[in-house]
Amino acid sequence: MLEEFDSFKTEMFQVMDPAGNITKPEHFPKLKDKDIVGAYKKMLFARTADLMVVSYQRQGRIYTYPPNQGQEAISGAVAQIIRKDDWLVPAFRELGAWLAKGASLKEIFMYFMGFEEGSLFKNARNMLPMNVPIASQLQHATGIGYAINYKEKDEIVYTFVGDGGTSQGDFHEALNFAAVWKVPVIFIVQNNQFAISVPFKTQTASDGIAIKALAYGMPGIQVDGNDFLAMTKTFEEASEHAGSGKGPVLIEAVTYRMGAHTTSDDPSKYRTKEEEDEWAAKDPLVRLKKYLMTQKLWTDKEEETITGQYKKEIDRIFIEAEKHTDYPLEDVFKYQYADLPDDLLLQKAEHEKFLNWKASRK
Amino acid sequence: MKIMNMVNAINQAIDLKLEEDPDIVVFGEDVGVEGGVFRVTENLQKKHGARRVFDTPLAESAIVGSAVGMAVAGLKPVIEMQFSGFVYPAMNQIISHVARIRNRSRGRYGAPMVIRMPYGGGINALEHHSESMEALFAHTPGLKVVIPSTPGDAKGLLISAIESEDPIIFMEPKRLYRAIKQEVSEDKYSIPIGQAKVLSHGSDLTVVAYGALIREVQRAMVKAKDMGISVELIDLRTIYPIDKTTVIESIKKTGRLVVVTEGPGSFGVGAELITIANEEAFLHLEAPPKRVSGFDTIVPLPKGEHHYIISPDKILFEIEKTVKY
Repeated sequence: MLEEFDSFKTEMFQVMDPAGNITKPEHFPKLKDKDIVGAYKKMLFARTADLMVVSYQRQGRIYTYPPNQGQEAISGAVAQIIRKDDWLVPAFRELGAWLAKGASLKEIFMYFMGFEEGSLFKNARNMLPMNVPIASQLQHATGIGYAINYKEKDEIVYTFVGDGGTSQGDFHEALNFAAVWKVPVIFIVQNNQFAISVPFKTQTASDGIAIKALAYGMPGIQVDGNDFLAMTKTFEEASEHAGSGKGPVLIEAVTYRMGAHTTSDDPSKYRTKEEEDEWAAKDPLVRLKKYLMTQKLWTDKEEETITGQYKKEIDRIFIEAEKHTDYPLEDVFKYQYADLPDDLLLQKAEHEKFLNWKASRK
Repeated sequence: MKIMNMVNAINQAIDLKLEEDPDIVVFGEDVGVEGGVFRVTENLQKKHGARRVFDTPLAESAIVGSAVGMAVAGLKPVIEMQFSGFVYPAMNQIISHVARIRNRSRGRYGAPMVIRMPYGGGINALEHHSESMEALFAHTPGLKVVIPSTPGDAKGLLISAIESEDPIIFMEPKRLYRAIKQEVSEDKYSIPIGQAKVLSHGSDLTVVAYGALIREVQRAMVKAKDMGISVELIDLRTIYPIDKTTVIESIKKTGRLVVVTEGPGSFGVGAELITIANEEAFLHLEAPPKRVSGFDTIVPLPKGEHHYIISPDKILFEIEKTVKY
């Protein structure tokens, strides 16, 4: 399949059209009906949580947050494929993949409420914190890939970046090193058409991102990122390729960020209502739901019931996260070094003297 | 014991650690087949294999960035920046990730690694090959910065650096690579990071220096002695965490401080040491502490470098002024 949809042909891989019809049955992923229903539920959970965070942010209960709405099929497909020991090296817009790896929603809320503890991901094996300096995480993925080969482990690295991130030198360097070293890394570009306000055509003159794989000497494929089945099939093949010692894969998932870049952003400044409507018709959840309903695997009633349950659960978790308010001074210092310099202890002690002085004046 | 220069000593430190710890990997530009442009890693690939000692594509950011991934996944990278003047493309990785991953992940992941780089002037080099920018790293929370001045110290400090759980910027005074030879033990030994060393005891004035300038101070001290000035010389060895105790004790004894650094003076290591003197030994000072440093300019090309490089006479000039204040 990776050969058939050669990046140089720049034909976008799709299994299911926006109406939920299967257009390429020969590329249907190895999923049972119950897997697809399960995946849909996970995507629905992620969508529900995502929309609720945006509303919590509007209520002033959480800080800046980058919404995922419209991109859930990509993380949803990773969730199907990624194994316990595989690595996840995130950017910051792949909520479903984090949850699949074992990051808890409470931790994610805590991170965006302003606690580093939210990056701990206690139950997520082999997952890095989310990454803000754009594209720099790709190099970590490459390095982890080197370590996997070095230690002869059966692990694969999944890493994310956006379309804007492909303009960074780090993107080039990471892919170049990865291909030279033949590391088991799957680079996932979520091409959601905008880097904050800058449209894809201002980002690059290239005919897509997948085509760039050719020059690095790795397979690249452009996939309909709103097609859960195509994304899952792609990860099936990519993980087979990367896991069998053939080196990295570049996947361009063509999608659309239906929400804002972050809760501080106003997309009406840089895109039209018409464009938003056009992409709303390609919504990945609506599409998969249409498929499931045609197959008689899902009903509106089920969706209503389960969405209600999700909302309650998410709100409960959010309130639990809100109860975490304590950020002791000690925590500012204690993780800076493995072997903490005396000078930092001294700085803390001096600040405590000030705090005592302040308390004594009350 | 064996007579070694700094290149031999560093090579042996890496070699010993490679033998001892299978998780150590050594890489960078030209470090494998060629053994580095200064031959610091010579023969290590031959001995330990190309899986452990290897050449990378030419990209400093990805050398450091992939080292972060390797460290997170359990390897111990000992990497080389060919010259410190080429480290800047990697600064995002160093500042944003190497120095931060432990704190960001609340201690779950660290990036223990050694980033070696030759630094400093005095070898008639091309542009971008002569800078001393240690203050940039010392100013970055999460890093430790080490600069040896002798082969023996280089070996012991590098072994400590490789064994450290914290990331270490290891800056090698390239002017001294082959300039000093001394007897060095061939065994594995370590010198603790964060400890300065009093090289000569004296009573009139404390001089703090490190790296290539130790030798220049020692040359100035020969003349100072003739003038009847007794100098206490401290080799800082670790820039961060800085050894306040040794410096303060010495200032309390001598009452005078001259700091000699090769890089631009403003906002530098000299400024830090003088702040320490003011905060911790103010009442012991008998003269204003003085910086002898590079100008706040670009290091000139070789024909102009003599204006910039700190000479023993310049150091002597400031020593005399401070003693006579």
